[in-house]
Amino acid sequence: MLAYIVRRSLYAIPILIGVNLLTFWLFFVVNSPDDMARMQLGMKHVTPEAIERWKADHGYDKPLLYNEKAEGTGKFTDTIFFDKSVRLFVFDFGTADDGRDIGYDIRQRMWPSLALAIPVFLIGLLVNITFALLMAFFRATYVDYAGVVLCVILMSISALFYIIGGQYLVSKLMHLVPISGYDGGLSAFKFLILPVVIGIISGIGAGSRWYRTIFLEEVNKDYVRTARAKGLPERVVLFRHVLKNAMIPILTGVVVTIPMLFMGSLITESFFGIPGLGSYTIDAIRAQDFGIVRAMVFLGSVLYILGLLLTDLSYTLVDPRVRLS
Amino acid sequence: MTRHWRLIALLAAIGLGLWLVPVKVVLLWTDALVFLLVGVLTAFVIYMRGKPHLRAPWRQVIRRPLAAASLVVLSAYVVVGLLDSVHFRQQLEPQAGAENQQAQYSVEVLSLLDLLVTPLRTRLEKSYSAPLAAHLYSKESVTLADGSTARIYPRLQYGGAHLDDPATQRGKDIAQRSLSALLLGLLAWTALVAAWVAWLARRHGHGFGTELQTILRGEAELPWRSIFGTLGVLILFVAIALKLGIAYHLLGTDKVGNDVLYLSLKSIRTGLVIGTLTTLIMLPFAVLLGIMAGYFRGWVDDVIQYVYTTLSSIPGVLLIAAAILSVQVYIANNPELFETVVERADLRLLFLCMILGITSWTGLCRLLRGETLKLREMDYIQAATAFGVGNFKIITRHILPNVMHIVLISVVLDFSALVLAEAVLSYVGVGVDPSMVSWGNMINSARLEMAREPVVWWSLVAAFCFMFLLVLAANLFSDAVRDAFDPRVGRG
Repeated sequence: MLAYIVRRSLYAIPILIGVNLLTFWLFFVVNSPDDMARMQLGMKHVTPEAIERWKADHGYDKPLLYNEKAEGTGKFTDTIFFDKSVRLFVFDFGTADDGRDIGYDIRQRMWPSLALAIPVFLIGLLVNITFALLMAFFRATYVDYAGVVLCVILMSISALFYIIGGQYLVSKLMHLVPISGYDGGLSAFKFLILPVVIGIISGIGAGSRWYRTIFLEEVNKDYVRTARAKGLPERVVLFRHVLKNAMIPILTGVVVTIPMLFMGSLITESFFGIPGLGSYTIDAIRAQDFGIVRAMVFLGSVLYILGLLLTDLSYTLVDPRVRLS
Repeated sequence: MTRHWRLIALLAAIGLGLWLVPVKVVLLWTDALVFLLVGVLTAFVIYMRGKPHLRAPWRQVIRRPLAAASLVVLSAYVVVGLLDSVHFRQQLEPQAGAENQQAQYSVEVLSLLDLLVTPLRTRLEKSYSAPLAAHLYSKESVTLADGSTARIYPRLQYGGAHLDDPATQRGKDIAQRSLSALLLGLLAWTALVAAWVAWLARRHGHGFGTELQTILRGEAELPWRSIFGTLGVLILFVAIALKLGIAYHLLGTDKVGNDVLYLSLKSIRTGLVIGTLTTLIMLPFAVLLGIMAGYFRGWVDDVIQYVYTTLSSIPGVLLIAAAILSVQVYIANNPELFETVVERADLRLLFLCMILGITSWTGLCRLLRGETLKLREMDYIQAATAFGVGNFKIITRHILPNVMHIVLISVVLDFSALVLAEAVLSYVGVGVDPSMVSWGNMINSARLEMAREPVVWWSLVAAFCFMFLLVLAANLFSDAVRDAFDPRVGRG
């Protein structure tokens, strides 16, 4: 088991190198630091001196990959590639354009993101599986049919409308909770309740339909027929047998997303003014702060790979047939 | 054969028309790809006509009433989108005094749709106005006839301009126009349906009455009732838009006075382009790499798996953001490459499709790899190998046709997700160009309007309705396609 985890973690290294090379290529080769400086300074203030100053301020004034002027290993370490990309591997994210330490900001903003994402994930999972089981219980009846149609309708609404509509109804018309904002500690509750509910509702359509498909696939299998033949009531069949066996496909889809909860939800956080990583990312994209975007890309890939590893491990827990080797 | 002649004659007529009318045709990149896609689809349909086994699942799709109704709605969207994909620049009137100079063309790129809905496009108001309103949304200081100034809601320049006293006449006028729209729509619908049923009757060789009865009882081969019903609703909407949209702003106007109905119609093309071209761009990679990984295994498989794991490990939005930011820098630094704003926006749209394609091909690639791994162990492939059939031929003749259902299902399923993604990306600021009309941009600007008092709700509602209808139809249709093509789903 331990050997497997170590081996899988080593497998992550080439992928992270690939991610790094790709982002490096996108940010420094497709557009040279000069282009970036010109863009940031705006068209009016572009003078060669201003560009040089901007590059020096942000540490972009070194050669890209190979520094001929430096001594010894400095030929490779005193370059943009080393400064901006290789350092990511030790989670040294550098500073943002406004001079703040990106690593510190990420550690601070992680908590509001989690406070929003974890309830949405857990309650959402519960709600979706319940709905899906209900539809599977009433399969091929009008209840099931109406449920599926409702799911398709819910799926067809953009997440933006859920948020805007929810904010308008609950906060503006009914004045139940503040429209946006955030506060630490317990008072965060009143700011989080609406985004959490909206997050759950907007996920119901796609989620429960997907679980329903999984359950229906299981329902047609032989062991279910055996269970029914033994005279077990449908309720027991569904909860004891089908739900347990459906865990494998459910885990495949779900576990991989767990580490990604850290990244926060982009649009929800930004609409509700929650100072999490999602709104951090959006603000960085809008301000064209490449340092933060690069850091978030790297963090995202690390978490994704972690998710894949966790998925494999979770199989061994729910499915005794799976042996990791 | 006559059918082909007719097609050629039609194309020739269009060509002649374009040559005679003083316009400069502008072929945008996305237009070219859209027409390529239409060509590929047409070729596919013609190829399918002679193959009953290929036609059978499609028949099954169309037989579902919901799917047939969705298809009607989707077709309506496609027609609008295609009309909006023929771009040209009109010739300017030669300036007086200037001598025999070269023809000058307007910098404004128009489409056939723009031409069709000219009244909607050109009747600009000053600012916001509610749907069917005759007055502006906000008060303004106006100098009255006697020289004094007063703060009133000024009359709109076009909306309800034919009324002398809107306060008393507007309700009646709207009711009258709606009624006549209803009658007109009903008339047009009846004529269309009658003609259609007569054609069906002739084709099947029964009388008109028998055919009509079969359809009404729902015993016909296709669910005509739902097709005609949907068509009726669509025609009704068009009639209302015609009757009321001419005299009023049916869905109101936005901040700079554009008609919201016009904006919603223009957004259709953006949504469709993103939903379809993204797929068109990514499909060759996904199919080729997926099948190669599964078929050749070994180091080919390793490399391809590495590539798609790396790409899919980057959060999609961030990869798109990174790429679009780069494109933005490029466009900002090379303004001389683009003659018009539309061309610049179009390039960005194309890049957006490409980058969305890059982030979304990995899922399909993984599925195809898995399926090919299974297929290559099948007896018929083993037999082909034993007979000495080459790898290329095995892939194209034996594997590709057997994974096509996966490709088709994922293409159809992706469409609605892509349309929805456009709105979110535009909100984040990495979507289509801000100058391009799209639902995402409409929602984005409407977001702030919700905070106004009284609320400016109409652009948001318009974007919602148009987008919801398209995505819903696409979702319902894709469900039917999946049920018909997925062998795992029992044919029932």
